[in-house]
Amino acid sequence: MAALLLGIGLLVGGGFAALLARRSVRWTTFLGVGSAIAGCLAGLIPAGRVLLGGAAPSLRMAWDVPYGAFFVQVDALSALFLLPIFGLSALAALYGAEYMAAHGDGRAPATTCFFFNLLVASMALVVVARNAVLFLVAWELMALASFFLVTHEDDDERVRDAGWTYLIATHLGTAWLLALFILLGRGADSLDFDRFGPASGAGLLFLLAVVGFGTKAGFVPFHVWLPEAHPAAPSHVSAVMSGVMITTGLYGLVRTVTFLGPLPVWAGWVLIAVGVTSGALGVLLAIAQHDLKRLLAYSSVENVGIVALGLGLGLVGVQAGSAPLAVLGFGGGLLHVVNHALFKGLLFLGAGAVVRAAGTRDIDALGGLLKRMPRTGLAFLVGAAAISGLPFLNGFVGELLIYMGALGAATSPGSAGTVPALVVIAALALMGGLAVACFTKAFGVIFLGEPRSEHAARARDPGLAMQIPMQILAAACLLVGVCSPVLIGLLAPVLVQVTGLPIDAVQAEVTRMAHTLGWLVACAAGFLGLVALTAGLRRSLLSGRSVTAAVTWDCGYAQPSPRMQYTGSSFAQPLTELFEPLLGTRRRLSPPEGFFPSAAAFASETADPFREHLYRPAFAGIERSLSAFRWLQHGRVQLYVLYIALTLLAVLLWRLGEA
Amino acid sequence: MSAAAAVPALLALALAPLLLGVTSRTKAVMAGRVGRPLLQPYFDVLKLMRKGAVYSRTTTWVFRAGPVVGLASMILAAALVPFGGVPALVAFPGDVLLFVYLLAVGRFFTVVAALDTGSSFEGMGASREVTFAALAEPALLLGLAAVARGTGSLSLSTMLAGATGPVWAESAPVLALVAAALVVVFLAENGRIPVDDPATHLELTMIHEVMVLDHGGPDLAFILYGATLKLWLLGALLVGLAVPIHTGNAWLDVAAATAGMVALAVLLGLVESQMARLRLVHVPNLMVGATVLSVLALLLTVR
Repeated sequence: MAALLLGIGLLVGGGFAALLARRSVRWTTFLGVGSAIAGCLAGLIPAGRVLLGGAAPSLRMAWDVPYGAFFVQVDALSALFLLPIFGLSALAALYGAEYMAAHGDGRAPATTCFFFNLLVASMALVVVARNAVLFLVAWELMALASFFLVTHEDDDERVRDAGWTYLIATHLGTAWLLALFILLGRGADSLDFDRFGPASGAGLLFLLAVVGFGTKAGFVPFHVWLPEAHPAAPSHVSAVMSGVMITTGLYGLVRTVTFLGPLPVWAGWVLIAVGVTSGALGVLLAIAQHDLKRLLAYSSVENVGIVALGLGLGLVGVQAGSAPLAVLGFGGGLLHVVNHALFKGLLFLGAGAVVRAAGTRDIDALGGLLKRMPRTGLAFLVGAAAISGLPFLNGFVGELLIYMGALGAATSPGSAGTVPALVVIAALALMGGLAVACFTKAFGVIFLGEPRSEHAARARDPGLAMQIPMQILAAACLLVGVCSPVLIGLLAPVLVQVTGLPIDAVQAEVTRMAHTLGWLVACAAGFLGLVALTAGLRRSLLSGRSVTAAVTWDCGYAQPSPRMQYTGSSFAQPLTELFEPLLGTRRRLSPPEGFFPSAAAFASETADPFREHLYRPAFAGIERSLSAFRWLQHGRVQLYVLYIALTLLAVLLWRLGEA
Repeated sequence: MSAAAAVPALLALALAPLLLGVTSRTKAVMAGRVGRPLLQPYFDVLKLMRKGAVYSRTTTWVFRAGPVVGLASMILAAALVPFGGVPALVAFPGDVLLFVYLLAVGRFFTVVAALDTGSSFEGMGASREVTFAALAEPALLLGLAAVARGTGSLSLSTMLAGATGPVWAESAPVLALVAAALVVVFLAENGRIPVDDPATHLELTMIHEVMVLDHGGPDLAFILYGATLKLWLLGALLVGLAVPIHTGNAWLDVAAATAGMVALAVLLGLVESQMARLRLVHVPNLMVGATVLSVLALLLTVR
């Protein structure tokens, strides 16, 4: 516990120190980034210790706020979420040191360092807080710190808009949480988490949690802020926001489920429905994007959907009393949280390197970067393969657990979970295929072929501080995949806590799954051997023969130009057209006309359907109806004071009347 | 693990190109031609292996890695598929998922290798490949889930061993629906008519053939051989399901399954000589149709 508090202290202290030293860029970077890395490393110690089977340390101090207490505890569930929070943040901080220095726009990095450290500290506090007041304070701190990070480039109007959308969405979400905790606390007469018990109306409380925490996690239809805010932030912040900040929403949901006791049968169904819509719409909208960082943000919506599918399946398993379904569902979902932090962090850092080097996020203006940025390209390829769920990388392992749980439930006759399990299988299969389409597009169009713009042609790999975090994350994607039989054992205590099953039952399931994963690792070794063998065969066949270079064969056309390549939009066209009713892609075409056509243009744009058809009309309606009260607000302070006085008087009279 | 366990994988590695020979001979006979030798695909692979290569200056190592990774994933997949009642070399609960996702590995690397050339032809093929594969995947997985539900197993070896005569007699509709769905997946994944035309790559109708337009020499040999392996493996799933002959004698069973594979190749040739390729906009309907068949099969098992 001391190490955790030291870590949080270092983060906050280092942030203030960076602010104080804002005149010197070198000192700011040293203090801000140094303290962030040191703080994260210190924080990793208790998390690792608890996951390896140590006792859960806790600390309780009095706090002068009604019902508040500084009550923190690192149990297995908290530790599982602390691991990616501190791990990814440390790497992102190191990356940010170079990324912000290369920014060269005259903005001091001090405020970014300060808010970044504050964001990491508040995320850690969210997952260890054991008192609702402390939790909400940390939650709010997290929202505000990330708001200021999102609006870093506030001279751009779109960035300011994204910031406001984010600020409004996060507070609307928090409103539901406030109601949730008040209802929970009313039953327990305390706001300490350990006093919350099985409450009446658990179904209502569960729905409050799904909406409130789902807004932060990015569940469809509460996701609209996510594709606006994540791309607007500096890339290392996007990595942290998309990789770990949204998972605090999932943490909140899982933590709430542990309080609520027996849930109604439909609770698991709700999560599965949320998972199917978030997953399918997320990946389809991702495919349709032209902006690399928006594509990654929508893909986060998809991955949150996959986690929701796992958690929903787990809930169904708990209610049906099926240990395999409960363990594999929750296990797969929680493992995917960690995996998503690794590959989405990696992809956003890679995207940042591309943006820095080529000066654009427009996928269709990039191309040919693998030759110019070989290391970034390799890391991005690993991330793309991992997020597509390809075997032997970490993404496959998480999805495999969910699949195995679903298939297990579907194959045991008379099991209660059959229909939800089949829905999950169909959804995962569709998402898997679409994710391959999405990330072959992202990697292929950006890194392969010929550069489509001059900036892209001049791109270069970034320096070591940006390079090392990407390589570490790529290695982690591989390692988690290969070490999965061992790592899954670490999930056992978390699963006991979440499912409420006895340790023996959980352990039995985990051992059974570790057996399958052991086979998977053996296959991975075989695969590596086969690749080496085929590559060796190819080399020996080609040695001594003529190997020449030429232009790409374009059916006899003599002068292919980079503009003739397939673009990201053309690659995605069959899918966007197929799913047009869901996506509402707008196309503008001015076709070539006449015998000597001079100009022709085509553009397509896929706006968020929920933003366009749900939120925009709704908020416009609210604005219209409230504008009737504009006359109350006129900027004369004396009258405002009068309003306050009148209100106080009214309250006083009401109070006296009651007495 | 006995030596017999290697039989399915070895048979696949040895006989896969033969299927293509049988199919093209069937098409030739149907068209009234003599046709190529049955062993022509073997000759093609051997000829290509002896050639040098020409690489586009646009390409990177990804282009060279594509065929290697693609072939490696197919060979590993061959170790997972049983044949004629003989369990596969590698069999564990969940290997069915590894099999499906190994197909995805091959596809991923073929697609990025195609995009590496910067040619709009290959980009077009890649784009269609990922689109149709995304639609075929639910049909394949749900169909396999229906078989898994019927047999209570998550390993391909036990799943296909469970599709015996008595089981067919009992739940013929389920197995027939799954088999029909698998036929569509088999045609789509292997780029055959009515989804794709394997005989051409220079029209705007192509998918798989055009993705490998720039490959040559040993790379193309790997691709060709990998494609025949994929044809064999998906065919073996179908035959394992649809030919419920389990005499107890391993030799007889393997011979029956091999005969089934040859029959499938003939059937493929017949389909290809009788049907035209569908318009591209209609292919998704076929895929969704296959998924619906799989779902129906599942509903029949759930009732």
